[in-house]
Amino acid sequence: MHKIWLIIKREFRTRVRKKSFLILTLLIPLFFAGTIIIPILIAVKGEDSKRIAVIDESKLFIGKLPDAKGIYFKPLELVKIDTFKHKYQEYGYAGVLYIPDIDINRPSGIEYYSKGRASIMLEGNLNRQVNDVIEKKRMEIAGIDRQKLDEVKSDVKIDFRSGDEETKGSSAVAYAVGYGSGFIIYIILMVFGMSVMRGVMEEKVSRIAEVMISSVKPFQLMMGKIVGIAGVGLLQFLIWGVLLMTIQMLLPLFLSADTVHTINQGGAMAQNANNAAMADAMEKINFIVGSINWSLLISCFIFYFLGGYLFYSALFAAVGSLVNEDPNDVQSLTFPITLPIIIGIMVMISAVQNPNSALAVWGSIIPFTSPMVMMARLPYGVPGTVAYWELALSIIFLIAGFLLTTWLAGKIYRTGILMYGKKITLKEAAKWIVRKG
Amino acid sequence: MNLLEVQHLKKYYATHKAVDDISFDIPRGSIFGLLGPNGAGKTTLLRMITGIFYPDEGNILFNGRPFNPHEDVHSIGYMPEERGLYKKMKVGEQALYLAQLKGLSEKEALEKVKYWFNKFDMNTWWNKKVEELSKGMQQKVQFISTILHNPSLLILDEPFSGLDPLNANLIKQEIFDLSQAGTTIIFSTHRMEQVEEICDRILLVNKGRKLLEGQVQEVKQTFKQHLFRIGVGVVPNFAQMATHHFTIIKQHDHAYTVKLNEDSSTNDILLHFIRQEIPVTHFEEILPTLNEIFITQVQKTEEYA
Repeated sequence: MHKIWLIIKREFRTRVRKKSFLILTLLIPLFFAGTIIIPILIAVKGEDSKRIAVIDESKLFIGKLPDAKGIYFKPLELVKIDTFKHKYQEYGYAGVLYIPDIDINRPSGIEYYSKGRASIMLEGNLNRQVNDVIEKKRMEIAGIDRQKLDEVKSDVKIDFRSGDEETKGSSAVAYAVGYGSGFIIYIILMVFGMSVMRGVMEEKVSRIAEVMISSVKPFQLMMGKIVGIAGVGLLQFLIWGVLLMTIQMLLPLFLSADTVHTINQGGAMAQNANNAAMADAMEKINFIVGSINWSLLISCFIFYFLGGYLFYSALFAAVGSLVNEDPNDVQSLTFPITLPIIIGIMVMISAVQNPNSALAVWGSIIPFTSPMVMMARLPYGVPGTVAYWELALSIIFLIAGFLLTTWLAGKIYRTGILMYGKKITLKEAAKWIVRKG
Repeated sequence: MNLLEVQHLKKYYATHKAVDDISFDIPRGSIFGLLGPNGAGKTTLLRMITGIFYPDEGNILFNGRPFNPHEDVHSIGYMPEERGLYKKMKVGEQALYLAQLKGLSEKEALEKVKYWFNKFDMNTWWNKKVEELSKGMQQKVQFISTILHNPSLLILDEPFSGLDPLNANLIKQEIFDLSQAGTTIIFSTHRMEQVEEICDRILLVNKGRKLLEGQVQEVKQTFKQHLFRIGVGVVPNFAQMATHHFTIIKQHDHAYTVKLNEDSSTNDILLHFIRQEIPVTHFEEILPTLNEIFITQVQKTEEYA
């Protein structure tokens, strides 16, 4: 036991002490934040401002196309579309919107000319605005009062409650959390699994394996590495957790005292629109936080992270022990292990949309895919979506699964690690499992 | 008393018999040469002695007791032929790590590592990464890591490969010193001149079987061809050399290599020369080198196969 501890310590230390550990630990959250924030920034900021020439032969749109989101409409008279559509760029326009003399009941032939294909945002914008104008005109003709219509419109939101405890929850939140945690597990399995494999390969290629094996049992060496690298992963999570909590604590300092006060009052004291919006946002956050059983989710996440990692990393270690110098071996040998992980992520993507399908249920029980798929289903609620027996079965299978893979991998590992110079096929390795001694 | 007794050891693989019924004893404090061509089963044999493999059959007695891999590995230092170190790890840390894996406490390990680094003049390497060292320097680190825990049995598989003559000598001297201090050493190699120089006893294996075993001098006696070299002051004529006591194998200026015929003794050779009044300048028996014994014995088994 003392020796395995020494090995764990070494594996942990050599990885944590590397500069790349600190850099990666800090870069990964930045990367994730980036993937979330950048699309929002783009959406908010929109595209560069555009001037669009409008040639309106129907005279229906004059002064009715408001400038918005960086799009400026410039009505032009006295120009013909046939000639102007070839030279709008010379006048500094991004495009030309051409509205022929249309029949209000059967409008057709409205065209937009631009050099490149119009962006999806612009397309949506133009369609909406043109339709708006036509709708208003038709209402006017039909004698419908716009204000009345607005009053009649309903905007009720149903509270979705699930389970015996009638927890309020939103599928959107469950979807996001499920997808996120399933995906993180996928990345962990791949990254840390590969890390274990590379560690084993390093020991084999640098020929220290036999030196080590003369002091410790092969199984101790393998488990020491696996546990040591798991420790690195846990430390990384811990750092991220602390970072997240620090940010959460520091966040109110960036908001004005007034806003904080408002929030503290639960939004009741909202004094102006800004504060009301802020309070509304906070309420939404509270709703998201409240709609999920976080303590269950986090403990399950840690379990499935460790369970999935132990399940696969032993297999990765076995594969690492089979590889000789030839890096081409790595690809062909890792394929049988990466395949179920990739299947797992695909089942996860389906499960997060449809958490009660047979595929999702069985995917979350079979240990090859359960770490990813179960994490995708859990935010939808226990015992609502995921029955207790499903969770229990999944946990038992995963524990049994990693005991089995570790045992199998140990058998392959202890022979593979001492085989030099010869290409080992998976078939041969399978024979080592059944061999005695 | 024997430190190690190996009795009818067997290890069979699906396709071949790696070790097939091998027995031998190693007296405490001796230097024991394990010889054999590539693929003879030496490594498998050593892996069983170091507890890496379990034998299919047979017993290993260590210190008179059945070999217990868990405990006894602490008394064994093994430098395998396929050896290496963690390339990215610092030399000092690495030595400490390996010593602790052999059961030393952190404090003991530090003491030992410092002692040996001093002795081999390696103190400046402490904070260097292994990959920054030359191959010969790495070999020295490897050797020290093997003996840090004062093993009572030291197993060296091709210990001199990759070493320049200077460092090879240093290690050789250390092997002798350790042997003097009571360490039993198993020395595996195909370099026969080293075996002759270093070993007390040898075991020759091929195809998993024991070909011969014994003290180096005994073995040489067993396989001697009854050849003698005799130096003469005056080259005799053809008639003077006719005798039934020996046959001339080779003549070289003032020296003859002769083979003693059966029922004759060495004195018969000398008497013959004296009677013929040929002045003898020197006379010696030619013993086969281990290399010759090795080659003929291995070839013999290859022929039977």
